[in-house]
Amino acid sequence: MKPLPSFPKCYKTESKPHKFCPGCGHPIVLKMLGQVIDELRIAERTVFLIDIGCSLLAWDFFDLPTSQTHHGRTIPVAMGFKKAEPEKIVIAYMGDGGAYAIGLQQTITSCLRNDPITTIVVNNTLYAMTGGQMAPTTVENEITATSPSGKKESEFSTLEGPELLSSIASKSAYLARGTTDKPLVLKQYLKKALEAQMNKQFSFVETLSACPLNWKTEANETIIRIQELEKEFKLGEIKR
Amino acid sequence: MGNQILARAAFEAGAKIMYGYPITPSSEILESWIKIAEKDENKNLQYVQTEDEMAAGFATIGSCLAGVPAFTATSGPGNILMQDAFVMAEALRVPMVSMIIQRGGMSTSTVIYSQEEVRLTCFGGNSEGFRIVYSTSNLQELYDYTLKAFQVAWQYRFPTFILADGYQGKMKGEVEIKNQDSSVNKPNVSPILKPGVNLRNCYNLEEEIGEVISQYSDEYQKKRKEIEEFEDYRLEGAETIIIAHGIVGAAVKEAVDSLRNRGQKVGLFRPITLRPFPLKGAKKVLEKAKKIITIESALGQLSELFKSEFYWINVPLLEINKPAVGFTPEEIDKQVCFFAKAKK
Repeated sequence: MKPLPSFPKCYKTESKPHKFCPGCGHPIVLKMLGQVIDELRIAERTVFLIDIGCSLLAWDFFDLPTSQTHHGRTIPVAMGFKKAEPEKIVIAYMGDGGAYAIGLQQTITSCLRNDPITTIVVNNTLYAMTGGQMAPTTVENEITATSPSGKKESEFSTLEGPELLSSIASKSAYLARGTTDKPLVLKQYLKKALEAQMNKQFSFVETLSACPLNWKTEANETIIRIQELEKEFKLGEIKR
Repeated sequence: MGNQILARAAFEAGAKIMYGYPITPSSEILESWIKIAEKDENKNLQYVQTEDEMAAGFATIGSCLAGVPAFTATSGPGNILMQDAFVMAEALRVPMVSMIIQRGGMSTSTVIYSQEEVRLTCFGGNSEGFRIVYSTSNLQELYDYTLKAFQVAWQYRFPTFILADGYQGKMKGEVEIKNQDSSVNKPNVSPILKPGVNLRNCYNLEEEIGEVISQYSDEYQKKRKEIEEFEDYRLEGAETIIIAHGIVGAAVKEAVDSLRNRGQKVGLFRPITLRPFPLKGAKKVLEKAKKIITIESALGQLSELFKSEFYWINVPLLEINKPAVGFTPEEIDKQVCFFAKAKK
């Protein structure tokens, strides 16, 4: 029998099994990120900053200097760290509520400043930690705890983060959207984003992700749902 | 100008980065820091004018986590927004230094003066106020306590504040500058978020966070004696003791002089650290008082700090409060004289 692939070296093994729900997309994103950190050999100089929301569960996920911050304020902490330690690779990890609702001002301004940090946004189209409320990314007719009759596009548009930033990003900034449904493609985006940071550029990767708990979906329905989302949110690198 | 002095003092204290968002009456701190940074030959001073006060506060935390002394400054409504960051600094013991130049309360109010941000600066978080707050009363103190704030913040790892007001911030005058290379002790800095460190401010269990808070509290209570500072002014034989802080304390000194000249036994106890309140010093002095008067440009915010520590003291108390309005020594003289002479 073929042995299972080993954990990325930058994993903190004593905190495994991880704290995320079964079927959650976060561990896929974190695994890809861990592999990229290993491949680029940057664990020694990487700092991981995480938002409040389900992202907070990653506070001891890696054997990297890691800190929780406040909801929507991970980007300024990352910017402040990078200013003080420009040689460090600084990653801001958050959900769509943190990046696009409460922290949108921080997200946009970081892009305007071309902060040389990497922001990773895990987009599951709702607030998962608090029980599945509507987010700026909630799609047409999606039922959430605060849109029980289905969200209406006519009342609240759906926010597309990387596309929004593309109008203000520096020419050499890196913007992409991946999906946990295609982890190896996502891994390439994460790698390019970290390389862009090393090249002193703003880099931003959104990834579509599943939340079976709040979506109330079985495994096969979860896969169908995320593939449907891939039609709503365009995958790929986003050029200016 | 007071705000320029604050920026210069931060430089002498070894600060490397400032983050700020413009707000009257503290904007000149950022402007002055930028001038200092641009002129700096070594080019190792930085600044960012952020998009709001939350970003300024959290970016200051980011730099401190990396082990680089950073600071911010704000006023009034900005102080409210920055509490988001201040309470994270309390929780993760981040030694950020913040300069609060009080403007009028409530809401947007006036842009120059009040002492109405005492409660907010001392206890503005969803926490127990594990902070150090210095209330300055003149330009020299702005300078001296800024030097001290960076050392103390990094020594004890509590967020530390210089609490002044728009009068002090905009006032012009001379201060004695210390020689940067010799006489200023630089803060003892080291990275906080380093290999092997995973920090969190979110907990699962009541008992878990309860234990952390108790541990912080024990440490705060143990160290407070080293941190507490106050000024006593003409307290020998004083029967009526005035408690005032900041620039009001400066006005009270003048009033005490004229009252003493007329034979009134009046003195001033001025807390310099509002948090921790100088309990040890106050105890020695206030136990001998026959009457106590608190004077402040707020509705009892200083008085509240005093009363919470001295609930047991059986001495008549008069509170002279002028919310958001300044005092002249003459009116203090008049009011104190009336109360000091009163039978009861």
